[in-house]
Amino acid sequence: MNNSSYKSESQRVALGMSLIKYGQRFDNLFVVSPDVGLSTHASDFQKIYPERYVNTGISEQNTMGVAAGLALVDFIPIVPLYAAFASGKSADQVINSIAYPNLNVKIIGTHGGINVGGDGPTHQAIIDLAFFRSIPNFKVLVPRNSSEVDSALRISIENEGPFYIRLERESIPEVNVQCESRLGHGCLIKQGGDITVITIGSMLNEALNASNMLEIDNISIRVIDMFSLKPLDIGLISDACKETKGIVTVEDHNKYGGLFSAVSECVVGFSNSLIPVKSISVNDTFAESGDGKELRCKHGLTSENIVLEVKKLMNLDS
Amino acid sequence: MEKDFNEIKLRKISLELRKLILSLTFNAGSGHPGPSFSIVDILTYLYFFEMDINPKDPDYFKRDRFILSKGHAAPALYSALYKLGFFPEEEMKMFRKVGGCLGGHPCIKTPGVDMSSGSLGTGLSVACGLAYGLKKLNIPSYVYGILGDGEMDEGQIWEAALFASHNKLDNLIFYVDRNRYQFEGSTETVLGLEPIKLKWEAFGWEVREVNGHDYLSLFSSMTEIKRLAKRPKIIIAETIKGKGVSFMENNQDFHARAPNKAEFILATQELDEQIAKYE
Repeated sequence: MNNSSYKSESQRVALGMSLIKYGQRFDNLFVVSPDVGLSTHASDFQKIYPERYVNTGISEQNTMGVAAGLALVDFIPIVPLYAAFASGKSADQVINSIAYPNLNVKIIGTHGGINVGGDGPTHQAIIDLAFFRSIPNFKVLVPRNSSEVDSALRISIENEGPFYIRLERESIPEVNVQCESRLGHGCLIKQGGDITVITIGSMLNEALNASNMLEIDNISIRVIDMFSLKPLDIGLISDACKETKGIVTVEDHNKYGGLFSAVSECVVGFSNSLIPVKSISVNDTFAESGDGKELRCKHGLTSENIVLEVKKLMNLDS
Repeated sequence: MEKDFNEIKLRKISLELRKLILSLTFNAGSGHPGPSFSIVDILTYLYFFEMDINPKDPDYFKRDRFILSKGHAAPALYSALYKLGFFPEEEMKMFRKVGGCLGGHPCIKTPGVDMSSGSLGTGLSVACGLAYGLKKLNIPSYVYGILGDGEMDEGQIWEAALFASHNKLDNLIFYVDRNRYQFEGSTETVLGLEPIKLKWEAFGWEVREVNGHDYLSLFSSMTEIKRLAKRPKIIIAETIKGKGVSFMENNQDFHARAPNKAEFILATQELDEQIAKYE
């Protein structure tokens, strides 16, 4: 495996390109955008398919309802908007107008996590995964880089029903790994026998850096990218429980309700292979405005902190 | 084909629907009979005269759609759908019961129900999406619906109102069930709504005001408003909560309470007497 960075691309740019690609393939694909198209790159789709694009204005609640209505006449509505508002402002509409009637609406939350940076906590989505993961009928995908955005969008379109796809604002250095993203599956990015590190989104890169740092101390970590947060890849977690001594989850999201919760819920369900699960996440607090990378450092979302947690689990932290 | 407008026939149906609503709520021991009674005449007019629907093919794609945004009046919708033959009588006995298909608020899984509803304020947005989508598909169907007046407290209603007029959704026709009551009192005491007509006009809608229990008014306002292009339409229907049973009219006690046995018998008698006049 070659884990050297070879490019750094924006997931939002990739989203714009993928929307156009699948817009060509599916003539019932319809983009519904609450006046954030320039930011989410939904407007790239608008330039090619203006007749299948509607700017609904700054009205997230109505936007979700309009998307639901379009799904009722067999369009495939795609709603790209800031993750913070998808999970906050339009929560009731997502639950009652999309999830409960099980409509074929795909919500793309851009700007996930505190990595958003300067706009501050109002624009930093740290509960979106907890929210969408807990809604019946919803499936949740978190692509690790810009290349996987295409897979996530394709999977959501090919599978009937509501989806939430979480993207990040900042460009993500892309690591060359061979793993096909599939619904219900994570990607085993790197084998290892000591501790398993499970990540979502760009936190994969921190885990791979940590892996290199730990190799110096002859510690071998298994690295899993949990692309499909819901349905969760139980098989990969089960293997990790049997074959490694502990799990560290890493997510740019609040500690509660996201990846750590999903993995922990899974692990405690295994009757005879219980291993410790540690969380690297936003520790139930609001962040602040600032550079995204600095914020991630401040909140411990770094390879150095992964190294620390792994060593703690191996009782090597003294 | 021109439809035959028969006011007498519609009046009789509306009384039968009221009896069904009483049975539904009495058997379930819960439900919202008052808010159901206030919309019965509008529903009767829409489902038994105006709308293009087919009980034998509930999902017929080019049908007209209906969204009951004030979902708590579900017993009225179920009674109309049952009478039209969308589902059998056994289902009516299962209202609000485990295993049945008639929930306390409408669910899309019920044959004839076009959209789930219940969380107030959400229905108009979905109707906007439907109307917008039908226009994109060049399907000349209409999207009808009913808002509660108290429901207009919800901000989402006004987001949807902007969207509908901006996008010239003239295939969208909604009623406001202006029965003047919401859960904790009169609408003007809780959070004043007036002037309602001016508000909707300011949002770019065609507005008409009618007596929501008068079939000729319902017929003439719909006929007139349908001729108007480029704007969404709202018909403010003055109604009476509990309309049709003397002791239930304007009685807030029946907003969210089923009749007890004595009330059920008495109300049924009243309705039977009214039905007898049409036979």
